[in-house]
Amino acid sequence: MFSMDLLLGAVVLGVLLGCFYAAVSVGLSVSFGLLDVPHVAHPAFLVVASYGVFFLNDRYDIDPLLAGLMITPLFFLVGLVAYRIYYETFERRGSDAAVRGIAFFFGVAFIIEVLIILQFGVDQRSVTASYIGKAWQFGEMRIPIRQLVAFAVALGLTILLAVYLSRTFTGRAIRAVAQDEEALRLMGANPVRIKQFAFGIATAVLGIAGALLIVVAPVEPTLDRAYIGRTFCVVVMAGLGSITGTLAAAIILGVAETVVLTVFGASWAPAVSFAMLLGVLAVRPQGLFGR
Amino acid sequence: MTTRRDSMVFWLGVIVFLAAVAAMTQIVRNEYPFFAGYVILQFIALAVAWSILGGYAGYVNFGTNAFFGVGVYTAVALFKAFGAPLAVQIAAAAVVGMLLGLALGLLTLRMRGIFFSIATIALAIIIETSVMNWRFVGGAAGIQLQRPAVMPPFDSYVKMLCFVQALLVVIAVGTARYIQNSRIGRGLQALRDDELAAECTGVPTLRLKLLACVISGALISAAGAPAAMYLQYADPSSAFNLNYSVSVLAMSLIGGTAHWIGPVLGAIVLGVTQQLLAVTISSEVNVLVLGIMLVLFVVGAPKGIIGLLLPRYRLRAGGKP
Amino acid sequence: MKRRTFLGGAVAVAALGRTSSAMAQQTPIRIGMSMAQTGGLAGGGKAALLGIEVWRDDVNAKGGLLGRKVELVVYDDKSSASETPAIYAKLVDVDKVDLLFAPYATVPTAPIMPFVKQRGLLLMGNFSFQVNSKVGHDMWFNNAPWGPADSWASSFLDLGQKAGGKTMALLSADQEFAQNLALTARDVAKQRNIPVIFDQTYPPNTVEFSSIIRALKAAKPDMVYIASYPPDSAGILRAVNEIGIGDGVRIFGGGMVGLQFAAVMSNLGSLLNGVVNYNTWLPEPSMYFDGTKTFFETYTKRAVEAKVDPLGYYLAPFGYAMGQMVEAAVNATRSLDHKGLAKYLRENEHKTIVGLIAFAADGERKESGTLQAQFRGVVDKDVEQFRVSGKQVILFPEKLKTGDLISPFEAARK
Repeated sequence: MFSMDLLLGAVVLGVLLGCFYAAVSVGLSVSFGLLDVPHVAHPAFLVVASYGVFFLNDRYDIDPLLAGLMITPLFFLVGLVAYRIYYETFERRGSDAAVRGIAFFFGVAFIIEVLIILQFGVDQRSVTASYIGKAWQFGEMRIPIRQLVAFAVALGLTILLAVYLSRTFTGRAIRAVAQDEEALRLMGANPVRIKQFAFGIATAVLGIAGALLIVVAPVEPTLDRAYIGRTFCVVVMAGLGSITGTLAAAIILGVAETVVLTVFGASWAPAVSFAMLLGVLAVRPQGLFGR
Repeated sequence: MTTRRDSMVFWLGVIVFLAAVAAMTQIVRNEYPFFAGYVILQFIALAVAWSILGGYAGYVNFGTNAFFGVGVYTAVALFKAFGAPLAVQIAAAAVVGMLLGLALGLLTLRMRGIFFSIATIALAIIIETSVMNWRFVGGAAGIQLQRPAVMPPFDSYVKMLCFVQALLVVIAVGTARYIQNSRIGRGLQALRDDELAAECTGVPTLRLKLLACVISGALISAAGAPAAMYLQYADPSSAFNLNYSVSVLAMSLIGGTAHWIGPVLGAIVLGVTQQLLAVTISSEVNVLVLGIMLVLFVVGAPKGIIGLLLPRYRLRAGGKP
Repeated sequence: MKRRTFLGGAVAVAALGRTSSAMAQQTPIRIGMSMAQTGGLAGGGKAALLGIEVWRDDVNAKGGLLGRKVELVVYDDKSSASETPAIYAKLVDVDKVDLLFAPYATVPTAPIMPFVKQRGLLLMGNFSFQVNSKVGHDMWFNNAPWGPADSWASSFLDLGQKAGGKTMALLSADQEFAQNLALTARDVAKQRNIPVIFDQTYPPNTVEFSSIIRALKAAKPDMVYIASYPPDSAGILRAVNEIGIGDGVRIFGGGMVGLQFAAVMSNLGSLLNGVVNYNTWLPEPSMYFDGTKTFFETYTKRAVEAKVDPLGYYLAPFGYAMGQMVEAAVNATRSLDHKGLAKYLRENEHKTIVGLIAFAADGERKESGTLQAQFRGVVDKDVEQFRVSGKQVILFPEKLKTGDLISPFEAARK
């Protein structure tokens, strides 16, 4: 039993949820989509960012989004270092890299999980802010403000990244490296440095995404496992290399989940989203918007 | 081409192994070694089975937990509906695993590398969700089962399960060894090294890939089926635990994927470590150790343990058994 | 004078030395168990374990059991069912412990029930739900206050119906405990002819509950029964606060796990107000018994150091109670024989820091001791407020009641 009203509401909430998914996936869209790094530890870094935001919010009462911005430079540096390590160990050494790269990042993700537990304990944490817990009345509907915040941030991030990659010099260099590394090298630019920079940006984005994560729902140390599937699903469905595609794919996913939930029941929602992914991959392996 | 002598040595080893396990079940009074032994043997079987697709063909299956869970729940369903005996449960689980492997292979025909892996994650979630909604086997609430009486010559059900799992290990290893030394193995290796080149030289890559999916899937599900009777309890979060996917991947990589002995070694090393760590007081240490071992091996010993032990070992047609 | 005191002191020290070395020379009594220290149940497992450890230290300070020191042998079961069979086989066959405590919660406990039944071993249960109903082990004693399976739903619906509720909505997590609660809720509703106009389950790892709550609200129920697990409980309450649940709802809550943990409660703060939820122990006057206050003083100090739940109301005192019951049984029967201990436990009422405990034939409590309490006047960002009485008013059972239900739900939220 459902009405048009409910359905419409589901679509709206789905778009907002999708934007949240996009925000947490867009970093992966750069690191995996453009740089081909099988960054399974992306959600683990995301959770670390959330805990960083929690720490600043809990100890110093800093607004979570602001805290997210504050840790962004730190994460940028972490990204630079991480890519260097990855490059020296894997990309240099050759063909077997994919499987071993995945295993490497899994190992890193586990180590991160344990370190978080040792520092913060296993209980879940969340933040407080003025916009958490309130809703905005929009006609018949009440929309949680934190969802709107997620929507705004995700939109902002995506647009910012997309513009950066297509309009600025370094941005286009990153694009170029993804397309044809040899050619770039022949033109005198250093592809490794560019990739390193890109990975730094992808990790920096996680700072803000982590803030979003803990604004939307409480976090706990093993939360990264739940997001591995989701983030890769979004990025792969979008098609590698497309930032705006990530936003679109994430919204499609979010809407599919909420509509299925409203019409058929919540327990089938994840099955549907992943079935969609399988469908897209089987029919169009390069993703919806891929190159 | 394996020599006759190599084959004889192998099968002799198998007979000795099975005889030893059987003897233990008659001699050792204490039940604990069989509980722990079951878990380690189970992981050996899983790692070897996984390696057929992941090691030989290079297609990394993240959905091991789905095949495992499907094996468990096939056993549960048959047991609950017909009181089916263990052998039937395992056989049926193998069939279902085969079908699932076939479905996976067909679905991912055109996918390569990490796309395949992501597809396996997707498949795993779909299957877990479906089983969670299946009221007959208890759904998310879980189901408790009552074991039937144990048959002689075993005096305890766990001892029998341990022996059964030893048999499954032998089947898995035998299959892996056969594949490794046959044309199938060489084809898979060609596929793994460069799929495009292999296709160009006439290797039937799609068919080989399907074959690997089917065999790997059947073996994983078969190894999962006895778990229903081992625990006498099943619930989706336990049966489809991500830990199975990650541990098996780790075991194969740590052991080395070039030869069937790699996953065996990796499973023994990691399995024993995990059992030992489970019985010491430190808790998070287990996960930390797994993470560190993964990172160390992948960075420092890319060919795994077998790479360390035999530095000049290469997988070739006619390699050792 | 000096010499006499000195001599007296020396004699005293020598005597002490002799008794403590006597205690030290006897082999310790070992109690074996697995406890979730990693995985989804770890938050609860660590608090429960700390409660048991406090008991162990108390009993050893009094001279131990039967003159022997008590030692705990604890393994981590990772919140998983697949670990416990091997762990308990080791405890029994290799470590040869004298007594067994069960793991925390149902999922790790279920696989070892047939094992302990087959071997005829006493097992002290730790917060499982109906895990013995199929196996029927006669030496099983569950420390949880649940009692009969349907008591949860019955008590909640009683309160709701008294406030005028006629229809019910049910939202449950796709998870073992929540599903079992949901099953009993449906049964009770059917018995009482209460139509269940909304009945949905949601998968684990659900992040956003806005849509689900919207759909629930649209069904316009009078009574809303939620069976959820810690991460979802918080998400659900947030969504309810933002979307609203409808003015017609008389009573909301029931089986939300997580609202008993300090971390969750302090996170949610004022979002908790008005929710009627189950609990096991609360700092209300009717809940203080012999030793309760001292226990919490000791526990709180150690919990903060160990980074475990600082309040510890939900599980820790019951861990202590497990120890107390075993202590009473061992002292009364002067032995460690499992059959004798089981007989004693079955036939007697036990005084513990959580009140009197008596067992029915299936090893659960004869009477349900599960509290249904309503959150009132909770403010944000303050864990310590929960130590004061009045924040969770007990509505059920009658003999522990400290207040009446405020209904409808929206009114109680202010």
